Amino acid sequence: MNMMSESAVEKALDQKMSDASHKMIGKDVSVYYGEKRALFDVNLNVRENTVTALIGPSGCGKSTFLRCLNRMNDTIEHCRVTGKITLDTDDIYDQAIDVVELRARVGMVFQKPNPFPKTIYENISYGPRIHGLSKNKADMDQIVEASLQRAGLWGEVKDRLHESGTGLSGGQQQRLCIARAIAVSPEVILMDEPCSALDPIATAKVEELIHELRANYTIVIVTHSMQQAARVSQRTAMFHLGQLVEENDTDKMFTNPDDQRTQDYIMGRFG
Amino acid sequence: MTDVVSPAAGIPKAKSIRRDIGIKGRYAAERRFRAYGIAALSFGIIFLMLLLWSVVSKGYTAFQQTMITMPVEFSQQIIDPQNERATNPQKLMTANYPVVARNALAKLLNASVDDRVAARAIGQMLSDGVRVQLRDLVVANPAIIGTTQTVRLLASGDIDSAYKGQIDLTVSQENRKINDQQLGWMKQLSDSGALAKHFNGGIFVNGASSRPEAAGVGVALIGSFYMMLIVLVLALPIGVAASIYLEEFAPKNKFTDLIEVNINNLAAVPSIVYGLLGLAVFVNFMGLPRSASLVGGLVLTLMTLPTIIIATRAALKAVPPSIRAAALGLGASKMQTIFHHVLPLAMPGILTGTIIGLAHALGETAPLLLIGMVAFVANYPTTPLDPSTALPVQIYMWANEAERAFVERTSGAIIILLLFLILMNVGAILLRRRFERRW
Repeated sequence: MNMMSESAVEKALDQKMSDASHKMIGKDVSVYYGEKRALFDVNLNVRENTVTALIGPSGCGKSTFLRCLNRMNDTIEHCRVTGKITLDTDDIYDQAIDVVELRARVGMVFQKPNPFPKTIYENISYGPRIHGLSKNKADMDQIVEASLQRAGLWGEVKDRLHESGTGLSGGQQQRLCIARAIAVSPEVILMDEPCSALDPIATAKVEELIHELRANYTIVIVTHSMQQAARVSQRTAMFHLGQLVEENDTDKMFTNPDDQRTQDYIMGRFG
Repeated sequence: MTDVVSPAAGIPKAKSIRRDIGIKGRYAAERRFRAYGIAALSFGIIFLMLLLWSVVSKGYTAFQQTMITMPVEFSQQIIDPQNERATNPQKLMTANYPVVARNALAKLLNASVDDRVAARAIGQMLSDGVRVQLRDLVVANPAIIGTTQTVRLLASGDIDSAYKGQIDLTVSQENRKINDQQLGWMKQLSDSGALAKHFNGGIFVNGASSRPEAAGVGVALIGSFYMMLIVLVLALPIGVAASIYLEEFAPKNKFTDLIEVNINNLAAVPSIVYGLLGLAVFVNFMGLPRSASLVGGLVLTLMTLPTIIIATRAALKAVPPSIRAAALGLGASKMQTIFHHVLPLAMPGILTGTIIGLAHALGETAPLLLIGMVAFVANYPTTPLDPSTALPVQIYMWANEAERAFVERTSGAIIILLLFLILMNVGAILLRRRFERRW
């Protein structure tokens, strides 16, 4: 019965996905680090309520593209982005868009778990606090609980909310970071190799979590693991030497890709 | 198959091509290096021990002072013969208190004050400070005139030195500051228990005095305290703000590179140059008073700033970039990222740098000499604008004095200064522990 309902949800989601609107649209996106060009006119659309995996060999520009989506590249000196990226209908590089607001809408989870060296509660409540999302303490408690619930961490930490977040295990820390990102109610969550520092069990938990989060959020994930891309994503984009090689349904990508380079990379012939 | 075998036959065995790398020599070199290290360390420890031993062995006696406890008759005959103290309050201030004290001591020794030479010798056994001591008693309570009170009076510096065994008594009495008669009296008083060593609170509270027994570091302590306060209040915020701007906000270009090089150089500028700068700018140009702890504090602030800036920048740099990324990724502004996350993590480093800078400033002498803090200040400074001295300058001044009793005071003041430095360093360590977080 339970299985039935789950697969029904899956089906509904897939249905939603296939005619999903494009949550984020990247058009002719190029990135320069000083004189060096790192991305070449990438056109990539991110569909709503979909997990989009970005794959490709090291240095291919997939992380660079990911960081364009919430303008984290702004913090790097001499980094210049051209082209146009929209979130819904807003051009995120427009003068009128405030980067603080953008990052509240497009959250990010990093490669290495990086909880603040504060309590678990403070880790989660920090985002809502600076964005003014709660009116009072009770409100905040609720946000913290809901975020931890969604990240599947509530059961493990509910008795030690006021202990340091850095005392958790690596996998728990990463889920804490995901909970922290969820707490500000983003629309899109960017994940930059979120499992690369985790052991297989913790990885499985995070992947499961990504799977569940898809119902409410649009997710873009950079990964080096082909299996992970195949497991968690519905759409996959392959980057090579700063160019988008191919973007397709994950199923098709891993069975019958259109581009020879994708085929070679997935088969392990280069990269 | 033959392909695999033939090259193996052609290439000499791996063992024989390995060059002699001198394993034994390597271990010997390591042992030698360790021995050098231990030797260097022992050398340092021995000298530190020598220094501390020298200072403490010379200085601990400064915390004890020889005093004479005796009944003193506050004779109206001497203090106020015309009984005019009701109309002329000045009378009590200028009365001849040393004679009161001398007569009391003579009585205790059963000596006659009519013998002028003996009377003089008895008077010399008491400190000049008794004038102030008795005056304060009488002014506070004029009713004691005409009565006899038991009072503990300071012995003179020479008696103090002799009693502590610091005067060479084998020299003939014409060549020492204390004669055999006085020595005899001293022994008599000591045997009767009237003359004894007591804890010397005066060294902590008294101001400057040409009499070693009445001199103390009170004024210097106040002056040093004011200066530390000024340095802390000015250098910490300015230094931290400058570092945050340079480290986090300033664009990286030739101009900021130049500033950075200059800050590093300023940290190495001899402190006396800061003294000249302070003299030229604060005293001569801005007209601030000479010898004031305000000027001293400003000069020391300039001197401490580079230290604090360098320490703070290092502490900010040491905060892992992942913390910044986490905060920025959540939508915190740059300012929020720095003040909510980076600064608290850099705090231990900043505080340590600041306290070490302060400790450095506390021990600094040269710039203070130039702005006139090397002065004879007997009265407590009430504001930082009043003339005062500082602890290290007081040490410098006492070290120049000729009297034997100043030698122990110099070492005593060094002990006080070292205690303050140790306190500050312990404070730095405790703060570091308190604020340190692991990530």
